Amino acid sequence: MAAAPAPTAPTPLLELNKLSMSFGGLKVIDDLDLVVNQSEIVSVIGPNGAGKTTLFNLITGIYRPDAGAILLGGESLVGLSPHKINQTGVARTFQTLRLFLNMSVIENVMASQYGRTKVDVVRAMLRTPAMRREEKEIRARAEEKLTFFGQRLMGYRWNQPAYSLSYANRRRLEIARAMATEPKVLLLDEPAAGMNPTETHEITELIGQLRDEGGYTILLIEHDMHVVEGISDRVVALDHGVKIAEGTFDAVATDTRVVEAYLGTKAASTK
Amino acid sequence: MSDRPDTPAAPEPPSEPESGPQVGVDSWVASHEGRSGRGGPLGWLARTLEAVPDAAKLLAFVALAASLPFWLLTSEGDLFNFGLFTLLFIGFGLGLNVDVGWAGLLDLGYVAALGIGAYTYAILSSGYYGIHWPAEVVLPIAMGVAMIPAAILGFSARRLLGDYLAIVTLFFAEAFLVFANVANPTIFGKGLTGGANGIPQLDPLTFFGHEITSTKGLYFFLLGAVAVVAAALYLANQSRTGRAWRASREDPLAAEVMSMPVNRLKISAFIFSWAVAGLFGAIYAAILTATVSTNFSIGLLITIYAVIILGGLGSIAGVVVGAIIINCVFVFLEPQTDHPSAKRWLFYGTIILLIALLKPWYKAAVVFVGTIASGFIAHAVVGAWAGSAWTSGKTVNGASWLSHWVVIPKVSHGNVNSILYIGLVAAIVLVASLKGWWRIIALGPTLYLTAVVWENVLSENPGVTALILFGAMLVGLMITRPQGLLGQARVEIV
Repeated sequence: MAAAPAPTAPTPLLELNKLSMSFGGLKVIDDLDLVVNQSEIVSVIGPNGAGKTTLFNLITGIYRPDAGAILLGGESLVGLSPHKINQTGVARTFQTLRLFLNMSVIENVMASQYGRTKVDVVRAMLRTPAMRREEKEIRARAEEKLTFFGQRLMGYRWNQPAYSLSYANRRRLEIARAMATEPKVLLLDEPAAGMNPTETHEITELIGQLRDEGGYTILLIEHDMHVVEGISDRVVALDHGVKIAEGTFDAVATDTRVVEAYLGTKAASTK
Repeated sequence: MSDRPDTPAAPEPPSEPESGPQVGVDSWVASHEGRSGRGGPLGWLARTLEAVPDAAKLLAFVALAASLPFWLLTSEGDLFNFGLFTLLFIGFGLGLNVDVGWAGLLDLGYVAALGIGAYTYAILSSGYYGIHWPAEVVLPIAMGVAMIPAAILGFSARRLLGDYLAIVTLFFAEAFLVFANVANPTIFGKGLTGGANGIPQLDPLTFFGHEITSTKGLYFFLLGAVAVVAAALYLANQSRTGRAWRASREDPLAAEVMSMPVNRLKISAFIFSWAVAGLFGAIYAAILTATVSTNFSIGLLITIYAVIILGGLGSIAGVVVGAIIINCVFVFLEPQTDHPSAKRWLFYGTIILLIALLKPWYKAAVVFVGTIASGFIAHAVVGAWAGSAWTSGKTVNGASWLSHWVVIPKVSHGNVNSILYIGLVAAIVLVASLKGWWRIIALGPTLYLTAVVWENVLSENPGVTALILFGAMLVGLMITRPQGLLGQARVEIV
């Protein structure tokens, strides 16, 4: 759990140093440096194919970088398996939703607490007191995380299968599932994709609350510039795996290289 | 939690609709996809059953099963064929349900685990090597021995998904059969598994000096074992491990990223499955008092798969129901002296039930009348044209009243039987391709043809009939209820 926000004296929580990754001859991430400070919301933007999701896959251990370091609170994450990395304090959501569709809503949030609980299956079969206690804790934590979303994921929905949820609620459930692993850093991959304006507005507020009330540090990929503008402390722009700009939203959005990356050189030169 | 808590203080509160669900919200999606729950008596029954706690269901099952020897399965033969073997199939199904139903690993090597359990019992508890260890020692050993190859297979499952895993496990099952049959090592002057002859004359199950020899005793012991294993597996499934098994079935990558060590979980699912198989394989051997490798062929594997698929993957109650249906069909189709006409009633009962399920009622009536009428017409036509020798045959095992309806030649003609059989397949294909009223009209004669083929060909070949029937049952089930009788509906991609 993160300490109280201390924006005046930023302490780096997640650090990427000279990170590189290529698929065959294609450099997807090229010599990337990135720091996410404690209790900060950092947005990663960039055109399609810029390497944003690959960046998330590298941090969570799905891919292994060719070179460079990934540090969480000073500890290296490179080479750890994804479930270990999660237990160290990194959780993510997926751009293409990957819920456990045939499990109930609350089971989705209970399942992701596997790494932070201990009781083995033999004691589970015997229903020992320790097991019952832990099971109660797991359930309470799952309910607490679901309650975070207000009425959206409440009541009767808990015992419904996840596939019965609407698209927006699936995105919310993915965030709840990631929260239940009690991460230090939350990686959100396009949380507002496919949402209508009202829902986008809601999710923007929610991400703010995640930081302010939940105490999470957030790294965000988002194409919707209203979301990015509304909540980002800092914005990082990627293109072809290279960091082309970093700073406040206004600075990055007006950066020539960013405009070029999105619109092409001709459009930039006529501007 | 109340159903409608107050709207939280959001700047743009989502407006709740005054009437009916909003487009896109969950209840709308549910009703749109027809998931709003069933009406009618079946829906009521399903909801009532859902309200009963699972422990009470298990108790009710055990109580009912324990009473069976006293009113339904009173004869020794019935208790053995129906009772004991149904319980065995439940046990086999419970084990397979762990890795296939919960962890989603397509395990075709499962029969090898049954065989390993059986051979372990045979070697450690028979005169073969002169080792007569009691069952309370041998059964845990059988479970343990079956766990070893499970761990190895689970290890290979780390990198293998779906079809590839199926091929490797199937290979393992075949390798086991070859090993037991011809390639077994010679230990202490004897082939370890007894080769093609297997190991005969096993000890009866002996617990702390008490031999269980009577069928009734075996039945109660097996019932206890099934109940304990079912409860243990149920509790395992309802724990963090069970949730992680199911999560890694649903999406291995997401499960791994959400802190679950997927590879280790796969291995543990295999070990659980195979340990259960080792236990029931050993009991199976003790009940048969002999072990032969042919008992653990692919045929048994397919039957166990039929049990868990029919009942519904991932459902313990489904395993029980599936085992009862599959085993009873098997036993009824066998030539038997106790219930000679049972299979006929089963056959015609199924046909009448299928007709009765047709909606609306007047279509069912048309099919029913069509079936009856085409029988008398066919009987009259064949009798007039081909002579009475073609219609004066007798049905097997009595039911002479059928002889006036079903065309049975006095002397069996091999070619005629084949033609009838092919004609039936053609008729079924025809019915499937017709639409609307044409289908309803064609259904009557087709059902009659089915009855003719049944009386002339199938009822005398129980092995073939059972397999055809299982095939038809599973095809019908996959069309009407893909999740199995008691399974939860699953979606693959949404």
